[in-house]
Amino acid sequence: MEELSVVDAIKADEEAQAKPHTQPIGMLASARARRYESWGRFPKSNPKRVVSLHWLNDLPNLESIEGTILPHGYGRSYGDSCLNNEGTLIDITGLRRFISFDPETGLLRCESGVMLADILTYFVPRGWFLPVTPGTKFVSIGGAIANDVHGKNHHGGGTFGRHVTAFELLRSDGERLICTPTQNPEMFRATIGGLGLTGLILWAEFRMRRIPGPFIAEERVKFKSIEEFFEISQDADERFEYTAAWLDCLTFKQYQGRGFCMLGNHDRLQTLPEQQIKPKNLPPVPVDVPSFLLNPLTMRMFNEVIYNMQIPKRIQRVSPYDGFFYPLDALQDWNRMYGKKGFLQYQFVIPYNDNYRALKNILNEISGSGEGSFLVVFKTFGEVSSPGMLSFPRKGVTLALDFPMRGSSTLELCTRLDRMVRESGGVVYPAKDARMSAADFQAFYPQWREFSRYVDPKFSSSFWRRVTS
Amino acid sequence: MNVLILGATSAIAHETAKAYAAQGAALYLVGRNPEKLNANADDLKVAGAKQIACQIVDLDDLGAHETILKNADAALGGLDAVVLAWGTLGDQTASQTKVDEALRQFHTNAVSYISMLTLLGNYFEERKQGVIGVITSVAGDRGRGSNYVYGAAKGAVSLFTGGLRARLAKVGVSVVTIKPGFVDTPMTAGMKKNPLYASPQSVGNRIHKAMVGGENVVYTPSFWMLIMGIIRNIPERIFKKLSL
Repeated sequence: MEELSVVDAIKADEEAQAKPHTQPIGMLASARARRYESWGRFPKSNPKRVVSLHWLNDLPNLESIEGTILPHGYGRSYGDSCLNNEGTLIDITGLRRFISFDPETGLLRCESGVMLADILTYFVPRGWFLPVTPGTKFVSIGGAIANDVHGKNHHGGGTFGRHVTAFELLRSDGERLICTPTQNPEMFRATIGGLGLTGLILWAEFRMRRIPGPFIAEERVKFKSIEEFFEISQDADERFEYTAAWLDCLTFKQYQGRGFCMLGNHDRLQTLPEQQIKPKNLPPVPVDVPSFLLNPLTMRMFNEVIYNMQIPKRIQRVSPYDGFFYPLDALQDWNRMYGKKGFLQYQFVIPYNDNYRALKNILNEISGSGEGSFLVVFKTFGEVSSPGMLSFPRKGVTLALDFPMRGSSTLELCTRLDRMVRESGGVVYPAKDARMSAADFQAFYPQWREFSRYVDPKFSSSFWRRVTS
Repeated sequence: MNVLILGATSAIAHETAKAYAAQGAALYLVGRNPEKLNANADDLKVAGAKQIACQIVDLDDLGAHETILKNADAALGGLDAVVLAWGTLGDQTASQTKVDEALRQFHTNAVSYISMLTLLGNYFEERKQGVIGVITSVAGDRGRGSNYVYGAAKGAVSLFTGGLRARLAKVGVSVVTIKPGFVDTPMTAGMKKNPLYASPQSVGNRIHKAMVGGENVVYTPSFWMLIMGIIRNIPERIFKKLSL
């Protein structure tokens, strides 16, 4: 009885790649290997090699791996920060175990490949919730730290990194560092939001929060202008733990900003009638949708339907947490909606103390560009500071847009937006980026030089090479 | 619910155990590697297991089987369910050139199962309740040139399990034959992955469901039932020419 150690696995993998491998029942299996791509599916990329980890007591000698390395989880980063073209990816999804939980303090320690969904599965029924959650639950803890992710409670809870109390980092020279706010504090700050470049996070510990039940008391309020959004938002940030909005970007020129706010608090209710709880999982998107189906007209129609689905100004309801936090997770492989060419996500944060002028200019630019975006998330970030050296969230208003990748016209729009964001004192989110210029990145994050001192000499990513070249 | 997991560091067994742990089961884990067993035990504890005990032992050692069963029974206060999940994929080329290697593979994947299942059969027959989940493989459904030593062992266990099921059904004990297809685990680390590969989580949850429901033969993922139905029915004169 033997199990493959990592070294054996690397060897076997190399052999498998060197000679045509005969699989058991190989003829039935299509030749397509498991994909290591980013969620936006742009740019296309090929790792030279993938090393899969399964056990914390059986780790590879990173130094012996040829070329550069980068940790990779479930591939939910949109751009190229999770890609290492022509290099090695370390697949951490086999490190998926809990290590300890203390119900007194709420501290949960787990391996870095644990998915947020795993935590929810085991902890929501016991009255615990993630301190901060992004819009998908299919991300790893390692990724949540490396991108210092934020969620609908940013105005109160800040970023995920604020709730991290410790983690262990494996450096390529074999050194293992325990990092906490007081032990190796610089490495702690560099790794949070450090895009996986400072070493491999083996496990992490963070503080969970108590919840009274699995449901969310939700309120949806329609708004007809940017001014109205900020009015609702200001009041809502005081009354609601979770706030975010959907904005109809396509019609900005016409309507000056319509959409609705989605607000919520954890509810005391313990149960709802069966038909309201049942998760409405849709079938996965089976094929890449042909790109001609996604044109300005269909997208405007889509937005028209979404906006008019809710007739009253304000509705209130109690709903399961899943649909409130992760509406898109119900549609597996939704990125295939954007076809083979993929899409770009563009997220920025800018200050709004200028009567929303900069924001309106940006929205006008997008609306006038003809580059559609029907999934637009709009939110105000609070004062709570982010702990990471390269963390993205800061006080201001943030907008996340999806642009179907149409080549140069899409890229040019993004470049114009970069300039507008920069001039208004804002920044673009690296975790979602696939195209910003080195000059823009370095202007957005002047601390990158300080940060690069903590980057592991063997670690790199497609993103990092692009923005530091 | 008291559950004995044999081969507890196997990814599939672990995910099955985790589904039991989520319901507050007490678990007895058996495996060879103490560090790996401890890592899995911690995971199961956080996932909700009421109680966990471990034993480090190589299941190739048939002499230890009786003690394992006795220890597990004593530690948990009686067993309600058992998962048999140890094994090796083996090296077909080595097995077809060396008799020792072929017999060693057969020992691990078949003989040791027959030993343990015989003891478990008698144990549960006496208790008149419980469920035995046996992980075999789709590879046991037909002898294939590329993998027949492993396949023959798994096929032997599938047949043995079918007979045991018929015997124990009379006293209300379920025996579940589980046939996973390709699963993305350390066991298959050297293989090139393709879309037929399933996650150990989905396979483990399916096994748990089958054991709780007292099902008979389970292919997981279920499309393997169709694939193997076709494979079993290809006439031998054609089949022998295929490089399967």
